[in-house]
Amino acid sequence: MTKSLSFVRTQMLPQQAPPVTERGAVKWLRENLFSGWFNSLLTVLGALAVVWLLQATLPWLLNGVWTANSLGECRSIIAASAGEGAVGACWAMIRERWHQFLFGFYPIEAYWRPVLAFGLLFVALAPVLYFGLRRTNMLMIGITGALTVLALLGVHTDSAHVLLVAVILLALLGVAAVAPTKLLWFTLIYPAVAFYLLWGGSVWGPVGVLLGLAIMAAIWWLLQARLGVVVATSVGFVAACVWWLALQSYLTTPLANAMPLGLSAVNSDKFGGFLLSFVIGIAAISASLPLGILLALGRRSDMLLVKSLSVGFIEFVRGVPLITMLFTASLLLQYFLPPRTNIDLILRVIILVTLFASAYIAEVIRGGLAALPRGQYEAADALGLDYWQAQRLIIMPQALKISIPGIVSSFIGLFKDTTLVALVGLADPLQGITKIVRADINWKGIYWEPFIFVGAIFFLVCFGMSRYSMYLERKLKTDHR
Amino acid sequence: MAENAIDRSKMTVSDEVAIQITGMNKWYGTFHVLRDINMTVNKGERIVICGPSGSGKSTLIRCINRLEEHQQGQIIVDGTELTSDLKNIDKVRSEVGMVFQHFNLFPHLTILENLTLAPIWVRKVPKKEAEETAMYFLSKVKIPEQAHKYPGQLSGGQQQRVAIARSLCMKPRIMLFDEPTSALDPEMIKEVLDTMISLAQDGMTMICVTHEMGFAQAVANRVIFMDQGQIVEQNEPREFFNNPQSDRTKLFLSQILGH
Repeated sequence: MTKSLSFVRTQMLPQQAPPVTERGAVKWLRENLFSGWFNSLLTVLGALAVVWLLQATLPWLLNGVWTANSLGECRSIIAASAGEGAVGACWAMIRERWHQFLFGFYPIEAYWRPVLAFGLLFVALAPVLYFGLRRTNMLMIGITGALTVLALLGVHTDSAHVLLVAVILLALLGVAAVAPTKLLWFTLIYPAVAFYLLWGGSVWGPVGVLLGLAIMAAIWWLLQARLGVVVATSVGFVAACVWWLALQSYLTTPLANAMPLGLSAVNSDKFGGFLLSFVIGIAAISASLPLGILLALGRRSDMLLVKSLSVGFIEFVRGVPLITMLFTASLLLQYFLPPRTNIDLILRVIILVTLFASAYIAEVIRGGLAALPRGQYEAADALGLDYWQAQRLIIMPQALKISIPGIVSSFIGLFKDTTLVALVGLADPLQGITKIVRADINWKGIYWEPFIFVGAIFFLVCFGMSRYSMYLERKLKTDHR
Repeated sequence: MAENAIDRSKMTVSDEVAIQITGMNKWYGTFHVLRDINMTVNKGERIVICGPSGSGKSTLIRCINRLEEHQQGQIIVDGTELTSDLKNIDKVRSEVGMVFQHFNLFPHLTILENLTLAPIWVRKVPKKEAEETAMYFLSKVKIPEQAHKYPGQLSGGQQQRVAIARSLCMKPRIMLFDEPTSALDPEMIKEVLDTMISLAQDGMTMICVTHEMGFAQAVANRVIFMDQGQIVEQNEPREFFNNPQSDRTKLFLSQILGH
């Protein structure tokens, strides 16, 4: 018997569908729940755990009481409806005190201001989060607008203010429809708008601060081509500081006297609850990202001074607990600063939290930078791009994309850390407000409900951030691996 | 790649000097990687640099656009001396195109954006004009239909042709190739070499570090052999391959052509 080694295929085989056990629900169940005796056992145990949890919590949730004036009343209603000894949640406390959890001690007649500031936040975020997507921008602003107006009605705003807000939001929606990129200008001035809405006072203060920034931008624009980015930025910054510290009052004081436009001033000690968390969290998040980028670049710089300053800052800030820095903000800073400088406590906390977060962000971004192949830098160099162009157009877009999960984790951590301000006497939602509510004779002894309420809101915000980051990762995925 | 198919009418070497390197030395730490390099490249020359790995050939061409810094001697590119003056470096880099072994396309940008980025930001060309130029060079490397894809969606050979087009969009006077086909599958090497040949036919000044000896024979007007950071031998291709002088060159050629 001779066996030939030669083989020639005359026909290519067509594709065939997999066998029945390899597709559909059967395959899914077998692979995910019952692949072997150990995994089957785990599945059963898991199902039992879920049943037990539901058994324990469902009655408590289902017996919940929404209308009552005190914890005692809650308990008697539950006893009457579900029988003696039944447990139940007393949500009536939330119903009575929700505004304190949200706004702290902010004057009730001015609730429309934080609500509007919160609504405008999403308008300002729209062009940043969904850049260039006009329909998404319009949708986001439209929904925000509708919800804002509804919320205003919910906090009993007078109709004149509701109308004003509706007109403003419609105008912004119009801008989003006609020229979506122009909305970025609103994003730029949003911090000043929000500051004015929240703290009130004369309108000319925030206007003066914005003018200082405009001066800085103008100087940067004029000098940048001739002197380079770094020098232009420094000169612009110095000029803006001179304006803010020395010159601004000569313009704003007469203006404020001539045209006393303004909202009633609200002092920082009236801030509390989620209003406080959001103010600190959002300000620190938006300021710590650019600062973190600069620190990460500084740490990788060839210039010894820049490098050692960045490394020193990052290592120092990361080595010190946030609480220490908050105490520094509330007490020590006052000793070090010249006498009679009185920086607002919330502002001090924002600055310290920003510095704290930026050190972490810097390290996360450094990881992204390190993951980029050297060839990207070389290609950018070989094409003649200068350092800042290469960073902005080639390096940062890729490094930030790699760092998205880490950055968002830092942001989520930062937002939750805002509850630590309770330690320096600010009324955060978790500790500060809950303590106040439980000190009320009517609600003495209530325990789970406020924490569940506060926890749920924190979860919603953090979950939202996490989902957005996953959307962003998908959207920016261009490597097609 | 038959030699007779190549149109040599524009492949002329002028008397004008494009690159002048005199007494150049470079060290990596204490390692003397380039030793006393003297080299003149005239406009229109097509030079192939070959040699064993670690002989400093990549380092040499990377010095020409200052991706590597030399410590001694002089490099003058198109009348501009390379010193630590950033302005001069940027000027030279915008005149000298470079193609890398691993393409180094920007993965977060489309092919078209890869091509228009440098013209728009460095040359300040209006976007529309830059896009027209980009499409012209994409058709030249025969992949205009890929303009709106991302680099990750292209094959290696296509990516390398995009990289060549990206350099050409800056309208460089000199092109440097750093082992452009070494990371490619054999089936894709030819398409990249064809692109390089057509570039040579248009009269581009080219310096190629490559082991493609067929390309050297067909296109180069001079072959330089390097070993241990020095130029060991240079000659016009026919003489270089048929009649190598130094023993080191003979050994090298027997090893790469011998099988």
